[in-house]
Amino acid sequence: MFAYLVRRLFLMLVTLFGISIVIFFLLRIVPGNIVDILFAAAGYVDPADKADLEKQLGIDQPLIAQYLQWIGGLLRGDLGYSYVSEKPALQEILPRIPITARLAGLALLFSASIGIPLGVISAVKQGTKLDYALRVVSLSGLSLPSFWLGLLILTASVAMFGQMPIFNPNPKTWLEAFTTYAVPAAAVGFRSAALTMRITRSSMLEVLRQDYIRTARAKGASDAAVNYHHALKNAILPVITVIGIEAAFLIGGLIVTETVFNIPGVARFLVEAIRWRDYPIVQNLVMFIAVVVVFANFTVDMLYAVFDPRIRYTD
Amino acid sequence: MRSVWALAAMAALSVLTASTATLAGEPKQGGTLRMYHRDSPANASILEGATYSVNVPFMGVFNNLVIYDQHIAQNSPDTLRPELAESWSWSSDNKKLTFKLRQGVKWHDGKPFTSADVKCSFDLLMGKSQQKLRQNPRKAWYSEVNEVTTNGEFEVTFDLKRPQPSLLAMLASGYTPVYPCHVSPADMRTHPIGTGPFKFVEFKANESIKLTRNPDYWKKGLPYLDGIEYTIITNRSTAILAFVAGKFDMTFPTHITIPLLKDIKSQAPNAVCAVEPTNVSTNIIVNSTSPPFDNIDIRRAMALALDRKAFVDILFEGQADIGGTMLPPPQGIWGMPKDKLETIPGYGRDINANREQAKKLMQKAGYGPDKHLAVKVSTRNIAEYRDPAVILIDQLKTIYIDGELDVVETANWFPKVARKDYMLGLNLTGNSVDDPDQSFYENYSCGSERNYTNYCNKEIEKLFDVQSQETDASKRKPLVWDIDKKLQEDVARPIIFHARAGTCWQPYVKGVTIMSNSSYNGFRYEDVWLDK
Repeated sequence: MFAYLVRRLFLMLVTLFGISIVIFFLLRIVPGNIVDILFAAAGYVDPADKADLEKQLGIDQPLIAQYLQWIGGLLRGDLGYSYVSEKPALQEILPRIPITARLAGLALLFSASIGIPLGVISAVKQGTKLDYALRVVSLSGLSLPSFWLGLLILTASVAMFGQMPIFNPNPKTWLEAFTTYAVPAAAVGFRSAALTMRITRSSMLEVLRQDYIRTARAKGASDAAVNYHHALKNAILPVITVIGIEAAFLIGGLIVTETVFNIPGVARFLVEAIRWRDYPIVQNLVMFIAVVVVFANFTVDMLYAVFDPRIRYTD
Repeated sequence: MRSVWALAAMAALSVLTASTATLAGEPKQGGTLRMYHRDSPANASILEGATYSVNVPFMGVFNNLVIYDQHIAQNSPDTLRPELAESWSWSSDNKKLTFKLRQGVKWHDGKPFTSADVKCSFDLLMGKSQQKLRQNPRKAWYSEVNEVTTNGEFEVTFDLKRPQPSLLAMLASGYTPVYPCHVSPADMRTHPIGTGPFKFVEFKANESIKLTRNPDYWKKGLPYLDGIEYTIITNRSTAILAFVAGKFDMTFPTHITIPLLKDIKSQAPNAVCAVEPTNVSTNIIVNSTSPPFDNIDIRRAMALALDRKAFVDILFEGQADIGGTMLPPPQGIWGMPKDKLETIPGYGRDINANREQAKKLMQKAGYGPDKHLAVKVSTRNIAEYRDPAVILIDQLKTIYIDGELDVVETANWFPKVARKDYMLGLNLTGNSVDDPDQSFYENYSCGSERNYTNYCNKEIEKLFDVQSQETDASKRKPLVWDIDKKLQEDVARPIIFHARAGTCWQPYVKGVTIMSNSSYNGFRYEDVWLDK
């Protein structure tokens, strides 16, 4: 197990190194840089001013030199300066991380706490009206884009309550703070909850047909004990996998949700940074997201062993 | 007819709005004005900016030498008011413009304002100082200024190469604040220091911009507001819903399209809304350096095919203006009168007759029902650009031109235009000052950086100088009209329409005036107040 852990950690480093190369060079392949955009916005270009600015920002250097400078800085904890705000990149990124982390965490919590129980109920009540109703809900969750759902929630809130649950940086009450995150988390987590529910249902149905479940029932175990202790524990592995993958996909959903609910998190910030070709921000943020995703996958792999004693990672 | 009624209704609404501001009671001190901002500006430096996304939030931080009266919607030479200058005078040969400066004015960091600051600002703009702006989009405005000299601590003189009465108009623009000598251009991008009614507090990119009352403002008793907070909301639907829900006191100026205005009025019936021209023209840039548009007949045919009223009806429900380069009257000061405008090919009311003429020109160039001309219509990937481009393509079909939409990301748009990698482009041109000098020299003079089409006509260029030196506005107008007419006839950059847009605010917001011939000059907000 220990050797496996070390091997996985080593692979993680190699993966992150590969990602850093991909991020860096992909960003340079995209046409235009910050200087082009600044001059495009101004509607003119002065070649001398342009050259000066490129030199000042260091984007006139060879790509390899730029890459080594970035990676060197990253290893020293120096993330460079934002081209747009001219502030340290770390100072720009750091305050936004907890906002997105809270939102993503709540969305995942919403996904798991809604998706798993409803999936179990749907499987146990297979073929009933309740099952059909839950399947319709899950299908709509998969079909509704989160930006549309977000706008729908906002429009309905204004029309019905005259209130709007957009981000409030200084909430006065605990409830206000919770609402600030809970509503957008529900909007983005709905799709994920629907997926979790469907996977839980199909996985549960498969397990519920196993001989050992029949045996447990024959031995007089209660429905709750059969469903949650015997069946769910064995059906949960694919669900964990999906939640792990969803954690990575969540970033995509958050970009839109943060825009619709006007949440100043990293996801929206990333889109803006890409729009400006603000390389130091984009590179470091994508790298950060890559680290999170790689760790999420690593955690999922470790959880396999915890939930399924049959899985043993041997040397 | 319906559009005439709609325009009349909007005009009445504008008058009502103006009177709302005028008839309001005694101004009250206090309160923070909450607005949303449509996007996150690149930085806080107005001198380096080229979008009103910078002017709106930061104009309140500064003062100009002179400014347009903030409560008269139409900017004109008659509405120029002294600001950091107490008075100004022209020399007898109209080549020296001298300003007597206000004494006792302090920068927000407590340092005194003097003539050296004015000299520094304009040396920076003219590219004559040691320090440099990262970008200097309006350097050309001062091409006729030899130098700015100080005469003691409180007098400055602009020495001109030739008379240019419109210099005052450019000095009054929201784009021309006076900067402090002792703060570097880099610092002005991140933490601007001004002499204006509001002090800069913070600018969090993509989040918010905060200003607070300047208690030492040289206009005693002003500003009325304790501060202004701009929340950056890039999603228009979210922003408008938040305004409707009462989260904001005011929308971002001229950010509401005509169709959206109806939504606001139905959901927030108490909101006060004004619709005004933005002095932004939608136009076609034509690459006349290569086939097929190097052929003047094809260019003229294209201009004849335009049904401008259709653009206005579809995109603005009839509420936009048709004109030449200059914004048409009554809001525009220098625009051609309607009877003169309609003599220009393509502006006549009989669209079918115009298109028949266009077809003949196309046939002369070798195209017809059996041989269509395929062109790409390039434009930026923004709705304001894309939508008219689609209508243009539809209209060009009527004269054997098959257009294909080529949508270009903002980052690539200008480089593409600069390297002439386009056939036709759908473009928007904003005019920060309603003055021919700004528009003609910037967009049509030979070698200008913003003359995207490289249109160059030495004869017209001479006429630019003639009108520019004319000090009598009544004599200058006919000269301007003739130039404008010639530019349209040359298909230099065919103007399709001049846009209008709406601004809304809650009924307790008082003292707001939306400028009717510029979107860049009316955001000092020193005497805006909240009646609540």
